[in-house]
Amino acid sequence: MTPVAMMLFAPFTAADYRLGAPLIVLTLFSLGILCLDLFLPARHKHYCSIPALLGLGVAAYGTWKIQQVLPASGALYAFFGTLVLDPMSVYFFYLFLAGAAVSVLISIRYLEVERESHGEFYALILFAVTGMMCMAAGADFVLIFIGLELMAITTYILAGFLRGNKRSNEAALKYLLLGAFSSAIFAYGLSLFYGLTGSTNLAEVGASLARRAATEPRNPIMLLALLTTMTGMLFKIAAAPFHMWAPDVYEGSPTSVTGFMSVSVKAAGWALILRVLLCGLYPLRVQYVPVLVFAAIMTLTTGNLAAITQTNTKRLLAYSSIAHVGYMLLGLIASDGVANRTGIRGILFYLLVYTFMNLGAFAVLTSLRRRNILGDDIDDIAGLVQRAPVEAILMLVFLLSLAGIPPFAGFYGKYFIFLSLIETGHYLLAGVAVLYSVVAAYYYLRVANAMFMRKPQGEGAPVTPPAMNLALWITAAATVLIGIFPNIFIQAANWAGTLIGPTGVAQIR
Amino acid sequence: MLEIGTLHYLMVAAILFLIGLIGVITRRNVVIIFMCIELMLSAVNLNLLAFSRLYGLHGQVFALFIAADAAAEAAVGLGILIAFFRNRTTVNMDEVDLLKG
Repeated sequence: MTPVAMMLFAPFTAADYRLGAPLIVLTLFSLGILCLDLFLPARHKHYCSIPALLGLGVAAYGTWKIQQVLPASGALYAFFGTLVLDPMSVYFFYLFLAGAAVSVLISIRYLEVERESHGEFYALILFAVTGMMCMAAGADFVLIFIGLELMAITTYILAGFLRGNKRSNEAALKYLLLGAFSSAIFAYGLSLFYGLTGSTNLAEVGASLARRAATEPRNPIMLLALLTTMTGMLFKIAAAPFHMWAPDVYEGSPTSVTGFMSVSVKAAGWALILRVLLCGLYPLRVQYVPVLVFAAIMTLTTGNLAAITQTNTKRLLAYSSIAHVGYMLLGLIASDGVANRTGIRGILFYLLVYTFMNLGAFAVLTSLRRRNILGDDIDDIAGLVQRAPVEAILMLVFLLSLAGIPPFAGFYGKYFIFLSLIETGHYLLAGVAVLYSVVAAYYYLRVANAMFMRKPQGEGAPVTPPAMNLALWITAAATVLIGIFPNIFIQAANWAGTLIGPTGVAQIR
Repeated sequence: MLEIGTLHYLMVAAILFLIGLIGVITRRNVVIIFMCIELMLSAVNLNLLAFSRLYGLHGQVFALFIAADAAAEAAVGLGILIAFFRNRTTVNMDEVDLLKG
């Protein structure tokens, strides 16, 4: 009997639901928030953030329970082998939940300033996290694609959340057109892989592709499928030459949504790439590494060089996030998941660090938003140290960490990527990467220079209500603590990376 | 008499996909770009259905999901487009130019 026919006759078991609990909890909470929003009077709508944070907390608890029952070296499968719970899924679950929680915290006041509805916003964030979890824990092309689309469609709406704002409209429209376009290309690749292998399960696709790649490594259909699939994935993480949507969308979206998109959505894209390229499509590694090398060098170049001339801080951070993707791509080039794992651990660790430092920088930018002041121009941050010394110093910490300067967390993120390149003998790529990180220091310090050396342009201090303060201190504490005590976090990333690779995907039942 | 086989379906799908791809790149009207993206997704569905003749139900299930996804995308897309049109009274891609570096 085929797995699909099995699904028609065999019911799901309680174990399936236990393993899918974080996703189910998030879905129920977001539906609950939508209902609650209807009953709250307008001035109390911001209380919707409480069930949102509660839902994220309950999902984290569910993930923790799953982590407790996870076998020492192995994975658990649910829903007929479509959902895989392994250390990597659990690690990414925590990462998405943390990113979403901080995004909710920084959104509360921002939404009030913009006079936008609260309930739908938090519900959409929770739906997006559900989609991300499907991407990270999907062992089947169908689930991965549905997760990708659930995340993408909710983020289109979030990008255009300020309905009366022309820039937000435009960001959403651009994101939607390019996102849907890339999803269609990605789906075409998946359909060709289905045709080549006769399965949508990652393990079976991998086994079948290994046989085919051994006999005819230059099969044109196989190469076409690989190229279209990779195009779709590189679009999602905004790697060059498919990055052109990112600066526009990041600039036009609400600032708190930009923060969410630049960390959690990007991390989900990376979970997808690691899962697909290192598990399902691993037999085609010889064919896809040159593409990755090309994309990585293009990404580092465009990201770093374009950031130098930006006068809008959101746009600058958009280009900087493109550049960070370039570094992570280098880790994927160095590590194949068999002979070398440093790069994969480096990517996982980098994503953890990046989540906190980048969200922190966006939290500071969000706090600059006041009535009549957008807060995203570099002039708005000028002289911040005189208006708000604490925020200025926190922003400096985030910027130094983004630039990769010790003792902050960003340093270790870059360190493991460079280490993996040296270990595998990619000296030239390591040289290029180090060179570009010097360029990066220039544009981050330019923002710092504006904060500390220039005269303030605007009046008044940024408003930081308790939720915003909490978000600022969480991200700052994480950025500093991971930098000073990296061991425990490195161990977590090592643990998460143990099963990624061609041998990691076990057989489905 | 010509026998219609799996390959013919794949050829039609490939042609549909290319028409959609070229349409997205060359057309300037947002609504037509949407339609071209839908065309690309239809090509994917045709591919999946053709292959599922060889491999069984999997492809058909995937095709159903993609059809549902295309509908969701169209609903959200038209919503965003209407919000955009209200503020700007245009659906021409060349006039979508507020955000530039």
